[in-house]
Amino acid sequence: MHFSFDELSGLHLDVLKEIGTIGAGNAATSLSKLLVKRIDMNVPEVKISEFNMIESILGSGDTLVAGVYLQFEGEIKGNVLFILDTKSAKNLASLLLGTKQDNESKDEFYAGFSELEASALEEIGNILISSYLNAISSFTGLSIKPSVPYFACDMLGAILSVPLIQYGQTSDKVLFVETDFEIGHDKMKSHFIVMPDIKSFSIILKSLGVI
Amino acid sequence: MDEVVKVGMADLKAIAGSGILTTLGLGSCVGIALYDRTTKVAGLAHIMLPSSKHIRNNHNKAKFADTAVGQLLEIMMDMKARKEYITAKIAGGAQMFSFKEKASELLNIGERNVLATIETLKQHNIPVIAQDTGGNYGRTIELNANNGLLLVKTIGHGIKTL
Repeated sequence: MHFSFDELSGLHLDVLKEIGTIGAGNAATSLSKLLVKRIDMNVPEVKISEFNMIESILGSGDTLVAGVYLQFEGEIKGNVLFILDTKSAKNLASLLLGTKQDNESKDEFYAGFSELEASALEEIGNILISSYLNAISSFTGLSIKPSVPYFACDMLGAILSVPLIQYGQTSDKVLFVETDFEIGHDKMKSHFIVMPDIKSFSIILKSLGVI
Repeated sequence: MDEVVKVGMADLKAIAGSGILTTLGLGSCVGIALYDRTTKVAGLAHIMLPSSKHIRNNHNKAKFADTAVGQLLEIMMDMKARKEYITAKIAGGAQMFSFKEKASELLNIGERNVLATIETLKQHNIPVIAQDTGGNYGRTIELNANNGLLLVKTIGHGIKTL
C-alpha cells in the first residue's frame, strides 16, 4: 500500500507521537543510568515539513552542531539523528570520559573533537538511539536493526542533507518525530530526530491496529 | 546593503542586477550557481539527487541535477539572460559521514551529484568555470548578482571566493 503524508489523520499523528514518547522515555532512562545524571525531556512533536522549510524548523542551515547519525532497517526502516550544540557535545563527552568540563568557552566555540571524544559521543548516541528503537520494537512487535553510529561536527544543513537525500527519492516532504533532552543541571540541550521512511508508517500503524 | 535571497533545499531562484543568492549548509547536495555577466542575471539551485529518472515522485524539478539546470535556465532567460553568456560555478557534494559498513546506496551520493551536475551543464553547453566540491565538510555559498562572484564558507576549512 502506498502512503502519503496527506493521508495521515490527527489520530495517526497522535499514535506516532505516543510511540515517540515510549521510545524517548526509554532512551532518557538509559542515558540517565549511563551518566548518573538527571535527564529531562519534552513531549515529542511530530512535524511534517517541505525540504526547503526544514532548516527553519530545526535552526539555521549554517549553525555549527555535533551530530550522531544512524540508519535502521528490518521490518521498518529510517534514519535517526542526535544533534547537540558543540558546547553541550564537548561537556557530554567529558562527562562520559571523566575529563574536565569546559565552562569558560562560548557556545560558538569550535576546536574540533578528538577521536576519543568523537567515539564517546558515538557511543552515547548509540545507546540513546538503540534504547529508543528497542522500546518501539517491543511495543509494535516489529524487528528493527540499527546500523553503526557515525559522528560529525559541521553545519546543521550539511548533516541533515544525509537523511533528507534518502527521503528525496520518494517524497517532497519529510515527517520526523522530535524530542528535546536536557541533561543534568548544566542544561546541555539536544534534539533527537527520528525519520522513518515513507513505507514504514503504514507498517507501524498496521502493527498497532490503527489502520 | 545588498538584499539576500535564501534558496532552500530542493529549491531554485534567480535575481537580476544586484543582491545575493545564498544557500546555507550544503552537505552532499550541490549548489549550482549560474551567471550571465552581460545582463547580471544570477541563478542558484540547491539539488539533492543526481537524476529524476526511475523516481516516481519527480515533479519538483529543483530536487534533481538533470532537471534543475533546465528550469533555472528558463527562469533566467525570462529575466533577459542570454544563454551564450551564462557560466556555471558549483559547490558541495561532500560525504558527511565516512560509512564503514556495507556499500550503502548513499555512498558517494555527493560525488554522483557533482558528476550529474557537470554532465547536465555540458548538455546545455554551459561551461563550468569554477568548482569547490567533495571533502567531508559542509559549505554555505553566496552568489553576488553584481559581479558573479561565489563566496564559499566552511567551518574549519576556510573561506574562498570562486
